[in-house]
Amino acid sequence: MAGTTSMRMREALNAALREEMQRDESVFLMGEDIGVFEGAFKVTEGLMKEFGEARVRDTPISENTIVGAGVGAAMAGMRPVVELMTVNFSLLAFDQIINHAASIPYMFNGQVRVPLVVRMPGGGGHQLGPTHSHSFEAMFLQIPGILVACPSTAADGKALLKSAIRDDNPVVFIEHETLYGMRGEVPDDEDVTLPFGHAAVRREGEDVTIVGILKMAHEAERAAKTLSEDHGIEADVIDPRTLRPLDLDTILESVRKTNRVVIVEEGWPHGGVGANLAALIQEQAFDYLDAPIQRVTGADVPMPYSKRLEQSAIPHPEHIVSAVLETTAGAK
Amino acid sequence: MAEQPETSTVQTPAGDLESSRGRSLPDADTCRELLRQMTLIRRFEEEAGRQYQRAKAGGFLHLAIGEEATIVGTTSVMEPEDYLIGTYRTHGHAIARGTDPKNVMAEIFGREDGTARGRGGSMHIFDGERRFMGGYGIVGGNLPIAAGLALASDLKGTDEVTVCMFGDGASNTGNFGETMNLAALWSLPIVFLVENNLYGMGTAIERHSAVTDLSHKAEGMGVPGERVDGMDVIAIRECVADHLRMAREDRRPTLVEAFTYRYRGHSAADPEVYRDKHEVEEWRQKDPIESFAKRLVDEGVVADGFLEEVRAQVEEQVVEAAEFADASPDPPLDSLYDNLYVLPEESGGWYAVDERTPDPFRGEREREAAERDRVRDLHEAGAAYAEEGDDEGRPADEAQGGGASGSHSREQGRSGHPRHDQRDEDDDRGDGEPEDAI
Repeated sequence: MAGTTSMRMREALNAALREEMQRDESVFLMGEDIGVFEGAFKVTEGLMKEFGEARVRDTPISENTIVGAGVGAAMAGMRPVVELMTVNFSLLAFDQIINHAASIPYMFNGQVRVPLVVRMPGGGGHQLGPTHSHSFEAMFLQIPGILVACPSTAADGKALLKSAIRDDNPVVFIEHETLYGMRGEVPDDEDVTLPFGHAAVRREGEDVTIVGILKMAHEAERAAKTLSEDHGIEADVIDPRTLRPLDLDTILESVRKTNRVVIVEEGWPHGGVGANLAALIQEQAFDYLDAPIQRVTGADVPMPYSKRLEQSAIPHPEHIVSAVLETTAGAK
Repeated sequence: MAEQPETSTVQTPAGDLESSRGRSLPDADTCRELLRQMTLIRRFEEEAGRQYQRAKAGGFLHLAIGEEATIVGTTSVMEPEDYLIGTYRTHGHAIARGTDPKNVMAEIFGREDGTARGRGGSMHIFDGERRFMGGYGIVGGNLPIAAGLALASDLKGTDEVTVCMFGDGASNTGNFGETMNLAALWSLPIVFLVENNLYGMGTAIERHSAVTDLSHKAEGMGVPGERVDGMDVIAIRECVADHLRMAREDRRPTLVEAFTYRYRGHSAADPEVYRDKHEVEEWRQKDPIESFAKRLVDEGVVADGFLEEVRAQVEEQVVEAAEFADASPDPPLDSLYDNLYVLPEESGGWYAVDERTPDPFRGEREREAAERDRVRDLHEAGAAYAEEGDDEGRPADEAQGGGASGSHSREQGRSGHPRHDQRDEDDDRGDGEPEDAI
């Protein structure tokens, strides 16, 4: 069995891109400053040198047209990976993502496929303010026709990105800016991929289910540790890893065991990932719930710049612990 | 642009056009085929309009009557492996690429045998096999996609060219500037062809574009252009052939502005308050079919009466297409989620969530779910609303028909019940309902 190597998230993503480009000539990259500059977050470091300017393409600042060119190239049999510099910039490409990438396979009855990956980093924590640090997982989740991946570890980042590139559906691949430097053990085997729709259970416990995505998957683990050490509460911690397809069965199995749920995300509360998941859980496991489902979300404001305001707008372990104590009140 | 030996002035109702295009005719068979295709598209569009008035088609219907020379002139010089991508006015483009008119009509009817099994409708015709890469309902939305098709051809090292057709209105979208820049920057093999019919929906070009000579509009982005008489099938042919060569051999994207005109409104619901009937009449004098037929007779290519023969021939084909579409079944309800996703053999997750019944199910398992009586009954209950007179259900302007284009009332619903004709009592259109979006 092959071993593992310790890598940062950005290196793991870089390795996924490199391996898939080596494996399949139809894979190519497009994005703003991904070539000569090697990426705003250095995810594409070294790739232009290795693969040349034809397959690692610096683009003008034209988000809708870059994504649209990806749609067209995908329709003609290529496997483009488009990088948008932040999730906020994806708003300029919503026409191509929703009206085109998501709709084309359906509205032309499967005569053509759109095997396109659109990568984008989001999330707060770097004081990038109200136009560079939002979390739009819920918006993308809402769109039938695209898949949504949101890895939280280096190993998942690499394996999910490889799966996304090989998938015949359009994939929105959301990365978290503050996780790029986080290290993890990544399998060396280039054939390791991660099928979409398989959640990871990061920690097992009997008392409560905590579901967290991206950076909040890590905050959920930290909270679970505190809950165990300080409160004697043992939590199942689940990272769905892909929101569409959603591994609802793993979550429901946990809920039927713990009877209590806390859902954590950095995005906004209205129509959020947690709102959606809470609805699905109560529809399918209402009789198993012993307390109202708790959500922990980012504050309902555009992300502020001030360091203290920004940090206070983002969920932290304390918020999760507090929510868990609320949902388990009286049970222990 | 390529050097032209001499030019002459072509008079168009929108002004004089300096051009040397269209002087000599191709061989007789080609001429006859060009006339046949234009006539087929004309008659097809008339029939689509007629069927729309009979409520056989829903939604919006955008007809290209008057624009046949631009369509056929272009497709007649494309190679089979070239890509064509267009707008929401592309029934004729698909037919000109070789799609069977029966399947186009069935798509307009929303039926099982339509080009997209009733998923796309009139605005979204598609035929991948013939490299007609689609009609698109978002104005300017097809431009970036065209760049991607051409990029794929380039990366694969083929000599395929993409022809991207769009309207004058699309030249005002951000995609126009972005895509022209990208195409020129990357030397993509594309011919951009703007079908300038002088109106962006109901707004005249001088009221929507600061630069009205669209052939120059992309120059600043590195894409030079040429203006051509879009009512002259031979002029278009010559012009597009040259531009295809520039894309294929020189790897230079260029823009062709075809000066054309639609006789009908923007959509079948357009009351055409924005233009003078005389203007329409003036353009009709330059009718691409009549004028080409006359030229063929004058130059001795065909005998007098040839056009009538062609008309009789296409009449049969179009009537057959309408009968075929009408006989085609509605798509089965349990096909609703087909082709939303390519599914792996085993999936651990939910791709789609269906919440129409109290017990939600995975959309991709629709067929399985529909075996349950409650699910099937609710799906049927929803679908049954299709049988109601739908004056209320349609956008008001569509339900009312309208003006010069909608001279017949839409008296019959799909179910064949007589319909309440709203126009009789509500003809002032002052209801604040939105017009067809552009």
